[in-house]
Amino acid sequence: MQMPVPNPAILARKAAIVAALRAVLPADAVIDDPHETRAYECDALAAYRTQPLAVVLPRSTAEVAAALRVCHGLGVPVVPRGAGTSLSGGAMPSQDAVILGVARMAAVLEVDTANRFVRVQAGRTNLAVTAAVEGAGFFYAPDPSSQLACLIAGNIAMNSGGAHCLKYGVTTNNLMGVTLVTMAGEVLEIGGPYADAGGLDLLGVICGSEGQLGVVTEATLRILPKPEGARPVLIGFGSSEGAGACVAEIIRAGVLPVAIEFMDRPCIRATEDFAHAGYPDCEALLIVEVEGAEAEIAEQLGLIRQIAMRHDPVEFREAQSEDEAKRIWLGRKSAFGAMGQINDYICLDGTIPVSALPAVLRRIGEMAAAAGLQVANVFHAGDGNMHPLILYDANLAGDLERGEALGAEILKLCVEVGGCLTGEHGVGIEKRDLMGAQFSGADMEAQMRVKDVFDPGWLLNPAKVFPLALSAARRG
Amino acid sequence: MVMRPRDERELAEAIRDSAGPLRVVGGGTRPVCAGAGVVLETGGLAGVRLYEPAALTLVVGAGTPLAEVEAVLEGARQRLGFEPVRWGALLNAAGESTIGGVVAANVSGPRRLQAGACRDALIGVRFFDGHGEVIKNGGRVMKNVTGYDLVKLMAGSWGRLGVMSEVAFKLQPAAAAEATLLLEGLGAGEAVAALSAALGSPYEVSGAGWMPDAGAMLRLEGLAESVAYRVARLSAQLARFGAVRVERDGAALWRALGEVEPLQGLAGAVWRFSVKPSEAPAILARLGCPVVLDWGGGLIWAVLPEGVDARAKAAPYSGHATLMRGPGVVFEPEMPGVAALSAGVRAKFDPRGIFIGSEGA
Repeated sequence: MQMPVPNPAILARKAAIVAALRAVLPADAVIDDPHETRAYECDALAAYRTQPLAVVLPRSTAEVAAALRVCHGLGVPVVPRGAGTSLSGGAMPSQDAVILGVARMAAVLEVDTANRFVRVQAGRTNLAVTAAVEGAGFFYAPDPSSQLACLIAGNIAMNSGGAHCLKYGVTTNNLMGVTLVTMAGEVLEIGGPYADAGGLDLLGVICGSEGQLGVVTEATLRILPKPEGARPVLIGFGSSEGAGACVAEIIRAGVLPVAIEFMDRPCIRATEDFAHAGYPDCEALLIVEVEGAEAEIAEQLGLIRQIAMRHDPVEFREAQSEDEAKRIWLGRKSAFGAMGQINDYICLDGTIPVSALPAVLRRIGEMAAAAGLQVANVFHAGDGNMHPLILYDANLAGDLERGEALGAEILKLCVEVGGCLTGEHGVGIEKRDLMGAQFSGADMEAQMRVKDVFDPGWLLNPAKVFPLALSAARRG
Repeated sequence: MVMRPRDERELAEAIRDSAGPLRVVGGGTRPVCAGAGVVLETGGLAGVRLYEPAALTLVVGAGTPLAEVEAVLEGARQRLGFEPVRWGALLNAAGESTIGGVVAANVSGPRRLQAGACRDALIGVRFFDGHGEVIKNGGRVMKNVTGYDLVKLMAGSWGRLGVMSEVAFKLQPAAAAEATLLLEGLGAGEAVAALSAALGSPYEVSGAGWMPDAGAMLRLEGLAESVAYRVARLSAQLARFGAVRVERDGAALWRALGEVEPLQGLAGAVWRFSVKPSEAPAILARLGCPVVLDWGGGLIWAVLPEGVDARAKAAPYSGHATLMRGPGVVFEPEMPGVAALSAGVRAKFDPRGIFIGSEGA
């Protein structure tokens, strides 16, 4: 993965830059000791690492603004960071950039169940948002699998999804307002505890802009009343095609499950060895979860069973107890960990039209065989958001590069069938140079013009999202 | 003068050759700056491009009449979840809404509070900027974080950033059953607490409004047994607010709410407030005029005499107020820093300033 050559003039001024940051921030909020900054050298795309120039960890919006004003004044790039769980390198530093981490800003500012929103500092973890409102019977819906660790700031930057977004939508559908600090250090309130924008929907374009338009320090989030209950079923199939057809028919039938998850044989085998969830030995399985009161669950599962039976399932397992429900989810939730035990892997997240699932799965199998690599599939089938895991061996010279090349081909396939490069992980550095497969020059130019407005000097997270050659002139 | 491009090539030429001002018009049911500029009509950019019921996906020309879109979806028992509504009668405008007009004004009906707004259902867009250059964003899949989300920016842009030629939506299955609970004894101010209690329940309310004759209205949709269960539970829970009547066929009521029927034909200026719902009762008391409530009290429609500054009268409130029928559509001015960003975005997409749009004032 290519990164721009660090600006030697900035590297040479490191001491002055750190001193200027120390002048406006508390002593413990500025870190420049290379031993301590090492913790920030990468995010969850851990194959790529670089030491940042320095790290600042402000505790308030005012401190964020002060830090940004200093960096803006000195022309120093800034890489915003949540918990560093990005799978696409969204928080990956560069040697000439200051990391601005918001993890110390984790307070709950306001809980308002009558108006169904919560306002939090953006450094709060996703799961802790729900924790703040569940006593009152509410929850925050987007649930990325890293929800124990990942921060709302990062969720907003990447427009994160999760298993349950089939019913509840992704971050942008649950975000009502933000406090945004621009690169120039200006503090703006955009949106709030009411519906829709009064003018242009700037909130809509800020969400998912990968930390390139501003630093979000506070967020107003929509919360929902908790459903009375939820229950998963596990359906095993003799073929991926059968599972894919079943998904399409469930969606068509008007049942709206909260989640439809898919795993193929390589993934089922690996997770069984790891988690012993008791999954059937079959080509593909679906986990379908429905919500509601007892009678409502029974009604939906009755329909799902009818549909599933038309597709020759090898097994239809309905959870009879809380414990069985947990076991059904156990394998799915340990899938990534299980794959990590047996191999290094690259996790893709291209989205395709649901109707293309069977054909794309078949084609991925052929491509993997031709590349001499194994691919396991585990993904959100209801919305077509795939997660092919390409297995490789980091200790084998050239294996990572072979895996990346296969990954690029698979993502191009996703675009060819009408889908996109990334459904929920973001572009970051990982898919930056594939953007041309999905967008024309004019498409990308239009997006870059938005950044020109928010950050004319291209100092915020500058080497991400857009192909380097395309953004070079703007990055200076 | 009226231009009516028949395809994208003609649209691009029309924009390139124009020195402005250009007023983009779909069905003309939400009149912006009526009378000004050269009209650019989108009716020639019509037709279903792709409809895949099993993927809940529709791609359609922006000039397609809303009625045609609805008919196509009804045939497969599907719908646009955000419940597009027609404001023509309220705004004294003839014509038939187009789907592009719905998107440009981000028009959402009662189901917005459960299913999200038009901007949430919109998953892709093709549009022509002020240079007449085509730009696509989003696509036809439900989950897509590839690059910046210009789709949201185009929804509610009121023709100020470019001319949309094609829009893509994620759809919903139509509900198998529905029921409406009516608390006919409640006044507008009293209704908000009842609506809020219902929306805080786990019974998945898909509409919560108030009209003068109907009182507080709550809609439940879904599978038949589930609706029956929730009707019973929610009725019991709301009994403390007054008598609850169950209406089995509420479609006309919800259409009337979406189209703001009780305020149609009243003389005066029509205002639309988007606020924090719990603030609604106090705002209503200060306004002291005919109103209709939607979105649990978060959306207030009000008719006031021409020339009255409704924002000053309603203040304080958190949210925004738009003058919908007066001299034209007039937005609430943004905070200076935000206004500067909006102006900057407009200047980038329309550097020659040829697209007329409503201004904040």
